[in-house]
Amino acid sequence: MNEFVYLPENLDEALEIRASTGAVPIAGGTDLMVRYRRGSGIPPQFDFPVVLIGKIDALRYIEVSADNIHIGSATTLTEIFMNEDVPQILKLAVGEMASPAIRNVATIGGNIGNASPAGDTLPPLYILDAKIVLKNLNGEREVPIEDFITGPGQTILRSDEIIYEVTIPIGNFDKIYYRKIGTRKALALSKVSFSAAVNYRGDVIDDMRFAFGAVAPVVIRSREIEGEFKNITFNELKNREGEIAQKYSPLINPIDDQRSTAEYRRKVSLRLLKFFIQNVI
Amino acid sequence: MHSEITFTLDGERVSVDCNPLRRLLDVLREDFNLVGVKEGCGEGECGACAVIVDGKLVNSCIVPVGAVNGAEILTIEGIKKTEIFGKIADAFAQMGAVQCGFCTPGMIVATYAILNQNPKPSRKEIVEGLSGNLCRCTGMNIIIEAVEMAAKNIAR
Repeated sequence: MNEFVYLPENLDEALEIRASTGAVPIAGGTDLMVRYRRGSGIPPQFDFPVVLIGKIDALRYIEVSADNIHIGSATTLTEIFMNEDVPQILKLAVGEMASPAIRNVATIGGNIGNASPAGDTLPPLYILDAKIVLKNLNGEREVPIEDFITGPGQTILRSDEIIYEVTIPIGNFDKIYYRKIGTRKALALSKVSFSAAVNYRGDVIDDMRFAFGAVAPVVIRSREIEGEFKNITFNELKNREGEIAQKYSPLINPIDDQRSTAEYRRKVSLRLLKFFIQNVI
Repeated sequence: MHSEITFTLDGERVSVDCNPLRRLLDVLREDFNLVGVKEGCGEGECGACAVIVDGKLVNSCIVPVGAVNGAEILTIEGIKKTEIFGKIADAFAQMGAVQCGFCTPGMIVATYAILNQNPKPSRKEIVEGLSGNLCRCTGMNIIIEAVEMAAKNIAR
């Protein structure tokens, strides 16, 4: 039994605690407080030391530089949703997450660190080529989000590091699309989600990106497949819909769980792709 | 492990010396006898335990008390002392928006948060603002209408 909980005043203190104890960071607590709850009147019990970082100002910011937008890891989903500079596709996903009371405390760093296949900020972040900045006492490193998350609940975060920032390259898309399938509108975890972003010149596709959430151990984005369908016209894209779906099909490896079935997830995710190609683009 | 945690509770400066992982909900109910803060699901899904922390609606069942050190907390008891509470309560009564009453404190806290953000909310904004609060007597529609009525009466 370990009841160690640390309340650092600032980032340096938090990093020192991480380095010396490996305590697990808790920001909003919306995942961990539920996972380790024990019932009425009893504090949750973690089998590891924890460090509360939600109040650290140095982790709560949204800033714009020449090429990037920088979001501090303890920035809440509400703060992201209300911000003018945050890319629209991320805001579309954030706006459909949980409920206002949850979004007021849940953080983007938490959603990334939790590394759930159904984490709803993740598909837009994959599409946006987001990088995750990790900090420890010695400095920082920056890794693409798809390298950071390695499996369900698995990341490459070292025990002395804290997720410090999400860095998103500034860029515009001519068309964005986000669709989440859940049991109801509020407070539902995704059964499936589909995100898309496209740039075009006239009717020729310049850049087309797709991401599928909750259909595999990690979010599915394939730069290889995307690359095969560049510099073609909308008409050609529509004609090759079956071919595209066939290419994505082997990547989609969903599971049966309490929220949905593998079969449903497979069908719906490919139908969302087809719907996007035929009706949205 | 104990820590001293200080915060403002319904306008009064208070402190507790306890495990910082205790749920804010338990601290409010057990240490301050604020039993208007209800526990429904205990996992952030129902909104019965809603309170306002630093001006924002939160579910107190998933907030460790250590996370509110220095914060300003407003519960249903504090909201009762505000000017608009009477209008909200009247609207809930007139619309019959209370049946068993268990979700009502949370609904009123959420209503307060909605009206604080926008005194003239659209129906869509009301629905969104109440989306984290569940009523199991199936009265959601009349609760939404009660918030509309409260907004109208406050503006009058």
